[in-house]
Amino acid sequence: VDLEERLRELDLRSDLDIPDVPPPTDSTPEILKRALSGLSARWKNWWIRGILSLAMISGFFLIIYLGSFMLMLLVLSIQVKCYHEIITIGYRVYHSYDLPWFRSLSWYFLLCVNYFFYGETVADYFATFVQRREQLQFLIRYHRFISFALYLTGFCMFVLSLVKKHYRLQFYMFAWTHVTLLITVTQSHLVIQNLFEGMIWFLVPISSVICNDITAYIFGFFFGRTPLIKLSPKKTWEGFIGGFFSTVIFGFIFSYFLAQHQYFVCPVEYNSETNRFVTECEPSELFQMKKYSVPPLLQAALGWETVNMYPFQMHSFALSTFASLIGPFGGFFASGFKRAFKIKDFADTIPGHGGIMDRFDCQYLMATFVHVYITSFIRGPNPSKLLKQLLILQPEQQLSVYKTLKSHLVEKGILQPSLRG
Amino acid sequence: LQESESESKLDGETASDSESKSEFGSSSPAPTSDDTPEVLNRALSNLSSRWKNWWVRGILTLAMITFFFIIIYLGPMVLMTIVMCVQIKCFHEIITIGYNVYHSYDLPWFRTLSWYFLLCVNYFFYGETVTDYFFTLVQREEPLRILSKYHRFISFALYLTGFCMFVLSLVKKHYRLQFYMFGWTHVTLLIVVTQSHLIIHNLFEGMIWFIVPISCVICNDIMAYMFGFFFGRTPLIKLSPKKTWEGFIGGFFSTVLFGLLLSYVMSGYRCFTCPVEFNNDTNSFTVDCEPSELFQLQEYNIPVVLQSVVGWKTVRMYPFQIHSIALSTFASLIGPFGGFFASGFKRAFKIKDFANTIPGHGGIMDRFDCQYLMATFVNVYIASFIRGPNPSKLIQQFLTLRPDQQLHIFNTLKAHLVDRGILGSLEDA
Repeated sequence: VDLEERLRELDLRSDLDIPDVPPPTDSTPEILKRALSGLSARWKNWWIRGILSLAMISGFFLIIYLGSFMLMLLVLSIQVKCYHEIITIGYRVYHSYDLPWFRSLSWYFLLCVNYFFYGETVADYFATFVQRREQLQFLIRYHRFISFALYLTGFCMFVLSLVKKHYRLQFYMFAWTHVTLLITVTQSHLVIQNLFEGMIWFLVPISSVICNDITAYIFGFFFGRTPLIKLSPKKTWEGFIGGFFSTVIFGFIFSYFLAQHQYFVCPVEYNSETNRFVTECEPSELFQMKKYSVPPLLQAALGWETVNMYPFQMHSFALSTFASLIGPFGGFFASGFKRAFKIKDFADTIPGHGGIMDRFDCQYLMATFVHVYITSFIRGPNPSKLLKQLLILQPEQQLSVYKTLKSHLVEKGILQPSLRG
Repeated sequence: LQESESESKLDGETASDSESKSEFGSSSPAPTSDDTPEVLNRALSNLSSRWKNWWVRGILTLAMITFFFIIIYLGPMVLMTIVMCVQIKCFHEIITIGYNVYHSYDLPWFRTLSWYFLLCVNYFFYGETVTDYFFTLVQREEPLRILSKYHRFISFALYLTGFCMFVLSLVKKHYRLQFYMFGWTHVTLLIVVTQSHLIIHNLFEGMIWFIVPISCVICNDIMAYMFGFFFGRTPLIKLSPKKTWEGFIGGFFSTVLFGLLLSYVMSGYRCFTCPVEFNNDTNSFTVDCEPSELFQLQEYNIPVVLQSVVGWKTVRMYPFQIHSIALSTFASLIGPFGGFFASGFKRAFKIKDFANTIPGHGGIMDRFDCQYLMATFVNVYIASFIRGPNPSKLIQQFLTLRPDQQLHIFNTLKAHLVDRGILGSLEDA
């Protein structure tokens, strides 16, 4: 047996089995190439990255303008693309592109998990829409059972597809799929949950991460001297700290502007009459100006005694801090991953930047953080979810709950005791 | 040294994945040492090795079943502790396999990080359940109240710390191994820890929901083995050559019967059918309640087909027994896939057993491999078909909403009740 082939079979400690990655193909569009043909390679790269950054940011603004539904679709497409990118890397690493069934099974699991998560969230927000349609009612009521049955089918198919010579590869791909699902799909659903809370909870975190990326890069470019971490040699402490302060200031200012518009601040609701998403409400306390006394330390620096701010700006401080200090760890994780599997970029989707995952690697932790932050510090339980659960109780239970609630509301003066008739 | 090691390993790998119980070739890890206790060794010294193995397995099986009964007798608290210990042992077994597979026992930090992640995830899950079931206790004690209010945030912060430690521990030559172990740890947590918490949820629903499913899986294991031993002829699946169709089908029917009988016996006792509750005054668990409809005898008409066979027109059964048919069916038909998964896993990584903990049986995971899917199934089954949401929990959540939200929900509920005629439109409660 050929030595190369034998070695390929795996001493897992060595890297001999990882194929050398072909140099990334240059997927820059022709038009850009012509425009920049005069510049040196270093500046050319800088310009390509810059142009693409602007293009992505504009695209982002456009989608925001188009509304929540388009945003949801965008998040879903990004999730599918990220999943595809990571799974493709797995195939390449394990030479397992031809494993029986595996491609179908990966997509099937993606579908199952998405079905489960969308069912959980959609059911909550579309409660009135769902109430009216009998078939949907059935799907909602037994949603967990149906999702579990679908997942089990996939699991049994996997077991039945195990082929004698490929057991280990198949298990690797199975685990790879599940970890990828855990990372990409849960994050994307948390992003959508945050979005429903109010577009500002979607925009400010994402923008903070992007801002941190860009400003850390710029600070590093101009002032970078001390390396930050061996994993990513291009990152520097100057970039890190400069990025931190810029992001915090950016977060403050950006929240200030967004907090003024109902479009961004109100929870997204589904209006059953018009069959559209609406963002209209009485802005909550978070988005009403308040006077804050400036701490004496800063008073001398700023010259003011009090300042008018939105309470949300305090929260934006926490969000920006997380984006600058912990968000980069997501980036280091992805860098380590790329080094471990000897790839330069996740894919070639975006010229100059790499794959979609390369852009979103710092966002993972952010989405979860924002979600946990909201549930812990901002809002209590979700009213629509509560309502949904109330409506599936048994009639006697509903009646007893109704009576308890009524007496509570009357006691608190929220409900006036009504007279007969 | 490295070359000979990789060569010998390849011999084992290029040889066809041996499906019999014979040697796996020079590359396999050391054959499982015989840790049968001396006592048994002496008692069985006269028998041939085939019967000796049978007796060892049989005795250990009886020992485990007796142990199971003892802890049931000791109550929910002990059961929870046992579930916790089993979970930790299973986690340890699987992680150890990972270390052996990747020769990564000496990776910096990794052992600490695995245990740390186990702690975090357990903290998260126990916090979620404890808050629900011990609500009044938690509300009384100030530190507990804060811990429970910000529980998710604290758990996430703990997890993040572990994540950042992992990133900081990445060492140039070992990136891939470290990522493999990270992935391995997370998948193991997903399998082992979530299952054990679902089991505890089921337990709180009523001990019968814990005992019947686990017993059905054990019964199916034993019955399928026996039917296979005596009547086995047609192989079932290439993955596990010892399994046969005769064993599978025989096991299915016996398990359904067993489930029906066991549920009949258990439904008569409150200590099994009542939800486990924490009594604030006595600070202990109590199982005392008015048995729900599920556990009250009802008359069922026997379908005409069976009437001639059985000779009765109606039969008195507990509704729970109908559910037990669903549980036993799952245990017999789908549960074995958990076993096949574990067999495939063992073949993939060239191990005979997960560990040597139980003589004759292997590791704890070997015994619990069919149970994984069962616990999730029972939990989903209960949530979908048996109980709805907990009304008192809903009221608690309601009380934390804002007044305008409370009013909106109240009015919607009222409209719904009026709509269904449950509440007369003029009624003033």
